[in-house]
Amino acid sequence: MSKKIVVLGGGTGGTIISNNLRRHLPKDWEITVIDRDDRHIYQPGMLFVPFGIQKASTLVRSRKKYILPDVNFVIDEITHIDPEKREVKTKSHKFSYDFLIISTGCKIVPEENDGLTDAWGKNAFSFYTIEAAEMLRKKLKEFEGGKLVMNIAELPFKCPVAPIEFVFLADWYFKKRGIRNKTEIEFVTPLPGAFTKPKASAVFIESAKSKNIKITTSYELNAVNGKEKYIESVKGDKVSFDTLVIVPSTIGDAVISNSGLDDGIGYVPTHHNTLKALKHDRIYVIGDATNLPTSKAGSVAHYEADVVVFNIMSEIHGVKPEEIYDGHSTCFIVYSKGTSSLIDFNYKIEPLHGKFPAPKFGPFTLLKETKMNWYGKLGFEGLYWNVLLAGRHLGAPPTLVMAGKEVG
Amino acid sequence: MSIEVNGTSYATDENGYLVNLEEWTEDVAKKLADAEEIEMTEEHWNLVKFLRSYYDEYQIAPAVKVLTKAIANEKGMDKKEASEFLYQLFPKGPALQACKVAGLPKPTGCV
Repeated sequence: MSKKIVVLGGGTGGTIISNNLRRHLPKDWEITVIDRDDRHIYQPGMLFVPFGIQKASTLVRSRKKYILPDVNFVIDEITHIDPEKREVKTKSHKFSYDFLIISTGCKIVPEENDGLTDAWGKNAFSFYTIEAAEMLRKKLKEFEGGKLVMNIAELPFKCPVAPIEFVFLADWYFKKRGIRNKTEIEFVTPLPGAFTKPKASAVFIESAKSKNIKITTSYELNAVNGKEKYIESVKGDKVSFDTLVIVPSTIGDAVISNSGLDDGIGYVPTHHNTLKALKHDRIYVIGDATNLPTSKAGSVAHYEADVVVFNIMSEIHGVKPEEIYDGHSTCFIVYSKGTSSLIDFNYKIEPLHGKFPAPKFGPFTLLKETKMNWYGKLGFEGLYWNVLLAGRHLGAPPTLVMAGKEVG
Repeated sequence: MSIEVNGTSYATDENGYLVNLEEWTEDVAKKLADAEEIEMTEEHWNLVKFLRSYYDEYQIAPAVKVLTKAIANEKGMDKKEASEFLYQLFPKGPALQACKVAGLPKPTGCV
C-alpha cells in the first residue's frame, strides 16, 4: 500500500477528519486536503449577520491555519474523481489515493428557482452565503414594516433549523426596532410541519404562535415573482411579500455529479451507518456531501468524522468497517439575542425534552428556550475553532446518548 | 396498526406506512392507495416502481427534485409541468403519498 489519503474539501468535515487522521496514523501515511480557496467560513455565524449580531468579517479564517502542519493543504480546483483508478484530478495535478474522503459540502443555486435571479438583492434575499447575509443586513436595516416571508425552496437544504431561527430572530429584531406591529412574518415551508420531527415541530409551532408568526406548510415552490411581489407554489397558491428571505435550491458539488458519483442531485449515496460510499470501495463521505437522511449541519460532520476515522483505521488493519453512525445531530435553535433552545437527535430518536450533555445537571436544556443555551451557542464559536476543528472531541461518543432525555 | 390484504395481515406504522419493505406486493400497494383515495393508473405504477428501485439502489427515498427531474427527462416536460404532473398523481405531495403506496418508510426529509 502506498499509504495515501486524499480529502476533498477543507470545510468543517474535511478539516476535522484530516487532523483526526493525522493524530491516529503513523507518519508514513500522507494526508492531502484539497480545496479551491483558503477561506474557512464559520457557517453558524451567517444567521447572525442580517441582524447585526455578528460582523461578516469575523466569520472567515484561513483553512490552512486550522489544518495540522504535517497535512498537505493544496489550493486547486478538483475536476474529476476516478474510483476505479483511485485517482483525483485537479486543474494542475493528479492525486492517487488508498482512501478518499469526500467532504465537498453543498451550496445554494438561486438560478435553479424560476424568477429568483431577477429579484435577487432587490426584494429577495438569503443568508446562506456571507455576501447574501450582508446584503440582507442592509435591507433589514432600512426595513420600515411590511410583510416578510421566509421560504424554503425545496428539500434537501442545509441546516434545517436555520430558517426557523431566522423568523424567531426577525420577531426579536423588529420588536427591538419598534416596528413589529407594522410587520407581518410568514414562514413558508415544503415540510409538512415547522420541522419533520413531531415533538420538536409542535414546540416550534407553539413558539411561532406566541410570536405571531404565520406558518404555511407543504408548500412546494414553483416560482418567485419579484415584480408582483409574490411566490407561487406548483399547486398555484400565491403568498405575497414585501421582502422575501429564501433558502434557494441546494445541490452538492459539481465534481460529484460530473464524476458520475451522485444520486441525481449532486449527493453521494452513502451507507447510513458505515459512511462508506455505497457503490465504491475506499471512499468515505461526510458532511453535507452525503445523501443521508439527517441534517446537513456541522455537528453531523463532526460526529461522522469520528466514525470514518474508526472505519478507515479498521480497513487499514484488514477489518471490515463497522456500522456505527446513527444519524446523530445536535443543534442550537436561537430564539433571540440572549435566548436559545437546543435539540439532540438521530435517525430514529426524535428531539426530546431533557438536559444536555449531563443528565439532570445540563447545563443545557433540550427543546426549551433558555439563557444558558444562548451562552452555549456563544461559547460554541471558540470551541469550534479551537477544539472541534482540531479533531478533538469532548469526551462524548459520536452517537446519541439517551441519558438525560425524557422518554415518552 | 395493520392492513388486511387477501387474508394476510401487514404491519403498518402510526401513519399508515408499511413496516416491512419486503412485504410489499401490488395488491398491498392497491390497498394502501385505496386508503389515500388514489386510483392506480399505469403512470402511478411507473412512479411507484421508480421509487422502489431508487430505494433499492440508494437506501433512501428520493428527494422530490429527483422525481421531477426523472419525469421531466422521460416525458420531455419542464420542471413546472413535471411537478404538476406529480401532484396530479399524488395530490397530497408526491414524496409522502407516493412513498406510502410504494411501501417505503416515511421520508424524513433532511432533518
